[in-house]
Amino acid sequence: MANVEKDLISGQNTTGHEWDGIKELDTPLPKWWVYIFWACIVWSIGYYVVYPSIPFLGSYTKGMFQYSSRNELTKDLAAQAAQRGAWLKDFQGKEAADIAKDEKLLRYAMAGGKAAFNENCAPCHGVGGAGSLGFANLTDDEWIWGGKLEQIQQTITHGIRSDDADGRMQEMTKFGVDGVLKAAEIDQVADFIVGLSTGKADAAAPGAQLFADNCVACHGEGGVGNQDMGAPALNNAIFTQVKGDKASIVAQVTNPKHGVMPAWGARLPAETIKMLAIYVHSLGGGQK
Amino acid sequence: MTQATYMDATPYQDDLVKKFVLAATFWGIVGFLVGVVIASQLAFPALNLGLEWTSFGRLRPVHTSAVIFAFGGNVLFATTFFVVQRTCKVGLYGGAALGSFVFYAFQALIVVAASTYVLGFTQGKEYAEPEWFGDLFLTVIWVVYLIVFVGTLYKRKEPHIYVANWFFLAMIITIALLHLGNNLAVPTGFFGGSWLKSYNIYSGVQDAMTQWWYGHNAVGFFLTAGFLGIMYYFVPKRAERPVYSYRLSIVHFWALIFLYIWAGPHHLHYTALPDWTQTLGMTFSVMLWMPSWGGMINGLMTLSGSWEKLRTDPVIRFLVASIGFYGMSTFEGPAMSIKAVNSLSHYTDWTVGHVHSGALGWVAFVSFGALYYLVPVLWKRERLYSMRLVSYHFWIATIGIVLYITAMWISGIMQGLMWRSYDDLGFLQYSFIETVAAMHPYYVIRAAGGLLFLAGGLIMAYNFIQTIAGNLRDEEPYEAPVAAAARG
Repeated sequence: MANVEKDLISGQNTTGHEWDGIKELDTPLPKWWVYIFWACIVWSIGYYVVYPSIPFLGSYTKGMFQYSSRNELTKDLAAQAAQRGAWLKDFQGKEAADIAKDEKLLRYAMAGGKAAFNENCAPCHGVGGAGSLGFANLTDDEWIWGGKLEQIQQTITHGIRSDDADGRMQEMTKFGVDGVLKAAEIDQVADFIVGLSTGKADAAAPGAQLFADNCVACHGEGGVGNQDMGAPALNNAIFTQVKGDKASIVAQVTNPKHGVMPAWGARLPAETIKMLAIYVHSLGGGQK
Repeated sequence: MTQATYMDATPYQDDLVKKFVLAATFWGIVGFLVGVVIASQLAFPALNLGLEWTSFGRLRPVHTSAVIFAFGGNVLFATTFFVVQRTCKVGLYGGAALGSFVFYAFQALIVVAASTYVLGFTQGKEYAEPEWFGDLFLTVIWVVYLIVFVGTLYKRKEPHIYVANWFFLAMIITIALLHLGNNLAVPTGFFGGSWLKSYNIYSGVQDAMTQWWYGHNAVGFFLTAGFLGIMYYFVPKRAERPVYSYRLSIVHFWALIFLYIWAGPHHLHYTALPDWTQTLGMTFSVMLWMPSWGGMINGLMTLSGSWEKLRTDPVIRFLVASIGFYGMSTFEGPAMSIKAVNSLSHYTDWTVGHVHSGALGWVAFVSFGALYYLVPVLWKRERLYSMRLVSYHFWIATIGIVLYITAMWISGIMQGLMWRSYDDLGFLQYSFIETVAAMHPYYVIRAAGGLLFLAGGLIMAYNFIQTIAGNLRDEEPYEAPVAAAARG
């Protein structure tokens, strides 16, 4: 240590080394630093005694309380099941309609239905069920496949154009692509539908006869719709798959788009689907 | 105004260091820019542009690799080569040839890695995304780097090895081990599949544990040990003060490198990882607190006796602020490793904020400080083009960091609380999509913070271009008149 110097500002000696002009002071370790370091080490050793820690071949020390994160999870799940178990039986045994009549069960159904809806349905139908282009609005009383409680339950369970054999399957004829109607005729029928949807249907227009011949079978006289066939009403301004302007209707008649929904019966427990049906029914447009 | 240049007969390979400085500046801006892009994509998904190549999933590794390895890596190459030569008083072992190989090969690797990510080739391992051929290429580069560094240490003309070089060597050796351990993969080409795809030899929780042993120590050794080495040279150099405590540097060095390597399991709390391993990761993270702070103490206390430089030298301001952010994130880290805290913070934006307080506040700021020191020295200029621009860079970037990390604290804690809140009937109160909607404003703030940080980087690049061109901005000396008067 040939070149030990005293640093005038700190009063410490240097170590006597120097690199590219950099020197080092021989300051001792800060006491508080040493104490906290030891405290962390002692705390860790304590933790090893209390919790699972030291590994051996094929096993490890289990700690004072036999803590295991697997057991904690099992306990949590059991506690949750116990909380739900009290009323779960009722949901399994009763029809959705009867549940909806019981005030207490209805409260559970609404809470559970909302949670399940937001987790599973909201990505398409939106939080609150307002829908968007291509995805039905569930808050109005315009239903494509029926707005009664059991109809909603049926739709959720089996889906729409899903893999489920009991799903809602009907599709609209591709009037343009399959050559059923000529382009000029589609133009005329679209004019008539725009009129229908805005309350200005012209019974004398050339599209009226085309509508009667081709569309009424499913969409009904005057375009009232037919929920058994999933044929939406055309006598109002509510459209789901396309917008209500003429160009969109021409496109839809020519080569229709269809909504799809998974069969949730394969994914969710039956009691959850009952809750969902009750919740969706309550959103504003549920029918008796 | 132009500066006079002069010839210097040092044996140092400074042309090589210059190249790394320029590359670091360039890749830094690229990395910050991609960061702003992906932060904006999270706030406004339409910016994914509907194209696979520009989707968040592919650009995110471009951002992380660009800032960690392209920016951070080039800063480390520049500073290690600069510091090891000066603290050993010899030129680089292997001369210009080996160093140039490291430079060109490393830049080529960056381009290859980024291109493969964008085209969809990835190992799917965080911070280790390059496929097996990129990994082998990096292995060659890294071994040459090790040879150059150790060779230079070996032929040094100083009796002792300076503390900065301990940290650098620890970084180089450990990164080699981590890289090899985590990338043991077999190309599917051997089994009739694609030669561009490989699978790791580990699976399940062993794969996860290996990944986070790597991932955590990429932070610990690449971004902490390496940049502590930078601090140990540039802080005393710029402050013109001796290092605070030699003893502390020894104790915290050995404690840090011994403890850090075990802390990785804290990334896998409450998973299939055995409980004893989670205990190990958590307790070693807590014990790591003081060894990390040893570096902070040594950095900050080195300033004692020259604190007035904070007012007069914006470069010192970068260095000191970086040490402050280092202290903050090395306290936050152990806190987040505690299981009770982790059960709230894990998988949330809090983690993202934590990483960025370390990455932006510590790694980038200490790098900026070092780069601002290096440019006038390497290009032999009297001083930087403008100290005021350094000060603007400092404040703009600092505001950017504060916006970034506070936004992520709020959104992360909010996200964690929303995920775990149940109503009185035992149902989850919020759906995932509601938590995403709630985070939107904070994502916008985060992107704004990133934009400020990028703006600061551009100011730095402009300052460098002018400095290298030999220009001096016509401005009053930076020092405040009062301080100048006091110093006489």
